[in-house]
Amino acid sequence: MTATHEPDHKAAGAGTSSHRLPPRAGEWIDRARPIRFRFEGRAYLGFAGDTISSALAASGVRLLGRSFKYHRPRGIYSLANHDVNVLVSDGTRTNIRADVTPVWEGADLRAVNTFGGLESDSARQFDRLGRFLPVGFYYKTFHKPRNLFPFWERQMRGLAGLGKIDPNAPRLRTAKRYEWCDVLVVGSGPSGLSAAVAAAEQGLRVIAVEERPHPGGTLCFQDASPQVAQTLAELLARARALPSLTILSNTVAAGYYADHWVALVDAERMTKVRAKSVVFATGAFEQPALFRNNDLPGVMLASAAQRLIRLYSVKPFQRPVVLAANADAYRAALDMRQAGIDVRMIVDLRPAEANRDLVAHVAKEGIPVRAAHAVYEASLGSELAGIDSVTICPLDEDGEPRPGESLRIECDGLAMSVGWAPADSLFCQARGKLKYAGDLRQFVPTSAPPGVFAAGRLNGVYDLAGRLSDGRRAGLAAAAFLGRYSGDLPDAPPPAASPPSHAYPVVEHPAGKVFVDLDEDVQLKDLKHAVQEGFDGVELLKRYSTFGMGPSQGKIANTNTIRVLAHLRGQSIDETGSPTARPFFHPVPLSHLAGRGFHPHRETALHSRHEAAGAKFIPAGDWLRPAYYAGGSADRERAIVAEVEAVRRRAGLIDVSTLGKLEIMGPDAARFLERIYTGRFARMNVGTTRYGLMCDESGVIIDDGVIGRLTDDRFYVTTTTTASGSVYREMQRWAIIWKLNVVLANVTGAVAAMNLAGPQAPSILAAISDLDVSEMAFPYLGLREGNVLGVPARILRTGFVGEVGYEIHVPAQCAAQLWDGIFETGTKHGLRPFGVEAQRVLRLEKGHVIVSQDTDGLTTPFEAGMGWAVKDDKPFFIGGRSLRIVARKPLKRRLVGFTLPRDYAGPLPSECHLVIDKGEIAGRVTSIVRSPTIGQAIGLAYVRPSQAQPGTKFTIRSDGGRLVEATVVELPFYDRANARQSPFASPKDVLSRGERRPGETPFPTSPLHERFAKLPPECIGLGGTPRTVAIADPSVESAAGAIQLCDVSTSPRMTLKGPAAGEFLSKNGLALPEQIYDHLPLDGGGLIVRTGRSEFLIEDSWTQGPDAQRERGVVDRLRQAILTPSPGVLSVWRQDVSLLICGSETESLLAEVCSFNFREAGERFVMTQLAGVSCSILRRQFRGLPAYQLWADGTYGPYLWETLLDVSSDGTH
Amino acid sequence: MKLLTCPINGPRPLSEFVFGGEVRTMPDDNVDDAAWADYVFNRAGEPGVRREWWYHVASGTWFVAERDNLNDEFVRTYLYGAEGADR
Repeated sequence: MTATHEPDHKAAGAGTSSHRLPPRAGEWIDRARPIRFRFEGRAYLGFAGDTISSALAASGVRLLGRSFKYHRPRGIYSLANHDVNVLVSDGTRTNIRADVTPVWEGADLRAVNTFGGLESDSARQFDRLGRFLPVGFYYKTFHKPRNLFPFWERQMRGLAGLGKIDPNAPRLRTAKRYEWCDVLVVGSGPSGLSAAVAAAEQGLRVIAVEERPHPGGTLCFQDASPQVAQTLAELLARARALPSLTILSNTVAAGYYADHWVALVDAERMTKVRAKSVVFATGAFEQPALFRNNDLPGVMLASAAQRLIRLYSVKPFQRPVVLAANADAYRAALDMRQAGIDVRMIVDLRPAEANRDLVAHVAKEGIPVRAAHAVYEASLGSELAGIDSVTICPLDEDGEPRPGESLRIECDGLAMSVGWAPADSLFCQARGKLKYAGDLRQFVPTSAPPGVFAAGRLNGVYDLAGRLSDGRRAGLAAAAFLGRYSGDLPDAPPPAASPPSHAYPVVEHPAGKVFVDLDEDVQLKDLKHAVQEGFDGVELLKRYSTFGMGPSQGKIANTNTIRVLAHLRGQSIDETGSPTARPFFHPVPLSHLAGRGFHPHRETALHSRHEAAGAKFIPAGDWLRPAYYAGGSADRERAIVAEVEAVRRRAGLIDVSTLGKLEIMGPDAARFLERIYTGRFARMNVGTTRYGLMCDESGVIIDDGVIGRLTDDRFYVTTTTTASGSVYREMQRWAIIWKLNVVLANVTGAVAAMNLAGPQAPSILAAISDLDVSEMAFPYLGLREGNVLGVPARILRTGFVGEVGYEIHVPAQCAAQLWDGIFETGTKHGLRPFGVEAQRVLRLEKGHVIVSQDTDGLTTPFEAGMGWAVKDDKPFFIGGRSLRIVARKPLKRRLVGFTLPRDYAGPLPSECHLVIDKGEIAGRVTSIVRSPTIGQAIGLAYVRPSQAQPGTKFTIRSDGGRLVEATVVELPFYDRANARQSPFASPKDVLSRGERRPGETPFPTSPLHERFAKLPPECIGLGGTPRTVAIADPSVESAAGAIQLCDVSTSPRMTLKGPAAGEFLSKNGLALPEQIYDHLPLDGGGLIVRTGRSEFLIEDSWTQGPDAQRERGVVDRLRQAILTPSPGVLSVWRQDVSLLICGSETESLLAEVCSFNFREAGERFVMTQLAGVSCSILRRQFRGLPAYQLWADGTYGPYLWETLLDVSSDGTH
Repeated sequence: MKLLTCPINGPRPLSEFVFGGEVRTMPDDNVDDAAWADYVFNRAGEPGVRREWWYHVASGTWFVAERDNLNDEFVRTYLYGAEGADR
């Protein structure tokens, strides 16, 4: 460190040595590691371990910031983050808390909230204008004249706020994680440490949280006696010897939420801890005295002076006065004396009787004491040097100052210790209750909810022995609560002998500047004026005066404000009350809160095919669906028209995998469906489908779909895309309530579906399947099971788009190959893919309604023109009773088809544009398109029943109030005779059994197949066939790091459920796990899991399956066996994404994506949410290593894969 | 976040569940229109221990939770129809 290396060395070096004390054991700074930094353009030196403020204080810098409103000079006050006098910015991050933020090499810092620099801040003038800026200033001023308000608003916005935001700052994706423990101890002072040790000694897993860099709390800085240092050393030694105790330093417990859920915040992230019990050993905040100029540089809390001396070996001042109202003040004076500071006087607010032994002790050190005196005001020498004197005056018997007898004392600082306020915010958030204890002059807990405990100064215990034993008591109480300790609990220690706080450390001054809240520059007079104006309740006063609303959340303002309010109103403190404590206890960076979040999305098995075909996607629920295929250069409208024409004239293929797909099996299945849907299904033939309309109990349409009968007791049901989850959920509930013998399965993600539609569709299907597609063999609304290009498929003949259509439903893992195969054959028939937009046009031409687009939350089937679907000739269905009432009443509106005039060339009205009749709203448009087939604009709209006759004209109010005339027409617009559904009238078109024999069954591909194709080859593993490509090679571990993700999606697996499932499995030689979520191994490395009382997951190892090179496994055998009818057993298609996660960081990865504590699950199967997706997870072995296997719906596979890769490559892993 | 104990899956955070409304008995179809409308449209809101439907999403489990809506505490949970089982 020479002048040649550091141009400003002289100034900085001189500063560093000027206020630094000689080294001592236990100081937090490392003098071997100097740190160079700049503040307000000047260079300074500090040491590693210094905070920004302590390093500046070591260089003798006193002016460190400007206040929020009046831009008053400010310096160190609490040095504990209980005030925000010193906020700095490094250009990127703003509002850095300099008092507690470690200084770093090369930092270039400036104070926030200055105009033209800290020392020459031009906004200083506001300090002199203070009397023109009363409380409630912004509410009262600038509202007249009204037209000038925008000007004033701009002016105020320029002045208000702290710090500047750099719009070019890099985006932070702060991670979050979950953690679990038995006992969480907040605070690591003497009571916190002994609570943590006591609980951990009972074998409990304990986390202790400390917001500063080192544990110990006040033991680190308060009272320089050797016993204190020894106590700390012993406590830490015991704590470190306990492996189940973790101390997290630099971590703030920012909020308490229900059931012991605590948000821990450190510089990197937020950790959400689920504890079983919480001990609050949060200590107390030292509170300032109120007198004129109690905020100026040089005035500080005695604990701040002690922190400077003991933690950073910095001399806060040379010749201070100490303002006292408790024993701590005397110990602080003695600490200062020991550091070589010339304490000029102790001014004690109390009468001479208090703390006689301490008075004698300080007298021996030569420090004079003035009892029954107050500091009346402090006087500023210069802004840079801070105060140069204080004026003291005696107090009369009532505690009122007698300024006439005042005395001015020259000094360079004032250390005050007049009282403490318990840090009870988290305890209150945990619904602990407190009461004001008059003898202690602080709030103390009276009750706490189960599992919540308080310790130490929060309990009003101030002496060291008491805090240690109170901590131990709380730790053992927590252990007893958790059933791990049954011995006696130590008694609560007696309260402090003399009150640690003064009842009313307030001295008024006619010239004001008595500051209550330093954050918001709230003065004593502001509180008085607010109360005079009627804002005299504590919550009202807070909102009006803004006390306690600044960044330090009233830590050193609330207590004095409550005392002042109680005084002004002549109330007790309990009557006055405290403002409600809410999270966060301490401000949390927005980047922590807005950090990594999970937004699950689903992809159909055909997603990559859509991308390759140039699809433009639109969101539909969690899904992305192709809106249309842009192809070459076609614009949107042209592309949609071309797709419509292809379906009408030749053939189109649309991915309808997003439809909900349910299996319903059992002797009561038909009865069940008749109760759920409005239609009749009991006498339906096997191999046919019917339209199903679903209402809620009030008779409002909530969903529709197709119901197909596979066998007498087995149905296959589709639902709309967005309702698949809720329909299945409600069906489950009704099945329970009605006690019907049905088995339900949701196979939405497991089954991919595509609709092959158009006049050429039968020819194409005939060419690729083993089905007889003749009209006789497979009529409209038929359902067949067959083989399409080697894939087992269910095919539903539907007419949603108004042409002959086949919905082909196949296992998702074979869908992509099938899509390719259909196009291979179909292209010569003019086949092209079509998207959701074309489908909307096609179905509207055919007059088909989309539930929730053409219906709303009040639409009955009668209004929607679907009364034909309501069969009231059955005993019961949901909504039936309500529809009987509705049917008796006149209709309020009708859904009708309409056209716009053929020559209408203006812009189309939009969905939700209103139908206007005689100046009043008569209805609204629900769907509208330009129909290429009809050659004019067509749509659906609600109109008055009187307007529903075909031929009636009505008016639509379009954008900008334009009125457009529409004409009601009979539905459908297209193919009213339904002739398009009988395309085989001419004999030469009749097709017989398919020409092509089904080929080999394609290998199933993983939902992650495309993702692996994008990975570098060394990550792929075994390679070879599409079956195995997804299995990562364990030898990759060294290259891939601490986490391996191995895709085992293609392992053969099935679910069997139903009352006879267990019996069926036993008959086939499988041992059954006894309890739900137990599992047993299968021959060949597979496993069987009991996933419900009568539900089993069977999975073979990825080395087994129908691949010729591999052994046939259990799943293959069961699939063969289930081909013979087995009543009471439902074999459910599973097309999961399944991953093995292993490596040393696995648990850490899981803790970032899943709130479940796997340490508690052991080897049991767990069903939970992971990254927002429902997953099953099991801890098992993978090639001899511990691993977690995860199963989820395959359509979430790409999302899960990317999320896990993203999280595992982030930050700490 | 609040914990809710699923009878099958054990205690889980509330985010794993979907609320299914109060457990109510549908009246017979033959009740008069007013009684039916009362069932469809009116809900009890008075304080006390309510029986509520809850659904554990990841496992597809419906169950009943008795919740005191005065202090928002779950009293106990059980599968539908198993009300007396753990008494």
